[in-house]
Amino acid sequence: MSRATLLVLADGRFPAGGHAHSGGAEAAVRAGRITDAAGLEEFCRGRLHTSGAVAASLAAAAALGVDPGELDLAADARTPSPALRVAARRLGRQLTRAARATWPHPELDALARRFPKGTHQPVVLGLTARAAGLGPLDAAYCSAYEGVSGAATAVVRLLSLDPFDATGVLARLAPEVDVVAQDAVEAGRLAVTDGVDVLPARAAPLLEIGAEAHAALPVRLFAS
Amino acid sequence: MLAHGDGRGGTVLPVLQGEGPLAVRRTRGSGAEARVMLVGAMSGPLGGDHFTVTAEAARGARLRIGSAAATLALPGQDKAGARYDVQLTVGDDAELHWLPEQLISAHDSDLHVTTRVDLAAEARLVLREEQVLGRSGEEPGRLTSRLTVRIAGRCVLDQELACGPGAPGGWDGPAGLAGHRAVGQLVVVRPEFAADPPAARTFAEGVAVMPLAGPAALVTAVAPDALLLRRLLEEASDTLG
Repeated sequence: MSRATLLVLADGRFPAGGHAHSGGAEAAVRAGRITDAAGLEEFCRGRLHTSGAVAASLAAAAALGVDPGELDLAADARTPSPALRVAARRLGRQLTRAARATWPHPELDALARRFPKGTHQPVVLGLTARAAGLGPLDAAYCSAYEGVSGAATAVVRLLSLDPFDATGVLARLAPEVDVVAQDAVEAGRLAVTDGVDVLPARAAPLLEIGAEAHAALPVRLFAS
Repeated sequence: MLAHGDGRGGTVLPVLQGEGPLAVRRTRGSGAEARVMLVGAMSGPLGGDHFTVTAEAARGARLRIGSAAATLALPGQDKAGARYDVQLTVGDDAELHWLPEQLISAHDSDLHVTTRVDLAAEARLVLREEQVLGRSGEEPGRLTSRLTVRIAGRCVLDQELACGPGAPGGWDGPAGLAGHRAVGQLVVVRPEFAADPPAARTFAEGVAVMPLAGPAALVTAVAPDALLLRRLLEEASDTLG
């Protein structure tokens, strides 16, 4: 694997549309649940160990070659909020376009044909990693990290939080991102032999509820 | 427990068996429906215990299962965790209401719950689960609860809630429970949702009605206490008609 390739995929400026989403942070800020850097850290930590861990395991499993159709159903079952399913598919579609232009690969072409309306973003991320010559751990890292970095960037804009404080949050979370990414690869490997039911399903109640409250807002800065 | 239709619009219960800490009692039903009450004959589950409940509503059955009181997860003598496994099966043209009272996670307890529901394509379900973190003013124990719902073999819901000391970080933060001490789920499965799914909505702080990817809907709610949680879930249930 190429470390530089990993940086290209993990770069927040990779043109896959992620900047338009707050990972649930906008809803939490609007509800007054995030008011400062400490709140952001606890939000990111909770997200990382729930939907973040699920997304990372889907990405790792896809990178290991588990059938994308099975993973798409598993992602649906683990995403009860319809607003979050729509957002995940939209992000998946955008990442498919960016990935096919960046790392052309027959598996990405097949994915686009099979899911014209898009599949969940972590599934596309896993296949993108394959196309780029990266491995399951790389895919899991990209997924777990962007799950918290997107929220941190959003909160800088939403609360005018000091960017140094937001980056400090990400640095403090790094050891936990390491663990989540490694666990995700183990779960992905188990899914190869035992099927997708063994993937983690950890949920964060206020992320799901907040996503629906956010989708009902007439004016919002982020799409989700 | 096994229930099936009697062919004349009623429901019969050929198997109704409980042992150890869980007794099973038939209570007065209404119309075609049979009602069963789970009665805890001892306290618990305590650390080291393993409870199992299996119920099947076969073709034609209308079965409603409740519990006589809340379930209280308590610590055991040693540090071992406890398990509580529920397996529910619902056949075509059958309906199951699984409506136990709250599960309370007492200080120092460690309980792992799995609830697995397998439904036929034309089956109907109303399932409510409520978790309360600690008795009044008490720090909760550790609670892990995974809920899986399959319709015609396809998994439409797979969710695990993990909370209390030792759970993965952030469980009580702004993404998780944010200090709420009661959390609940209501799952409603109806074949007619395939053509006419309920709209996603939030009608109060801390609750959302969410159509799933299948003929089912999930209500998730958080509240400061069990009473307010029940009220939110009942209001949400009313909006589903």
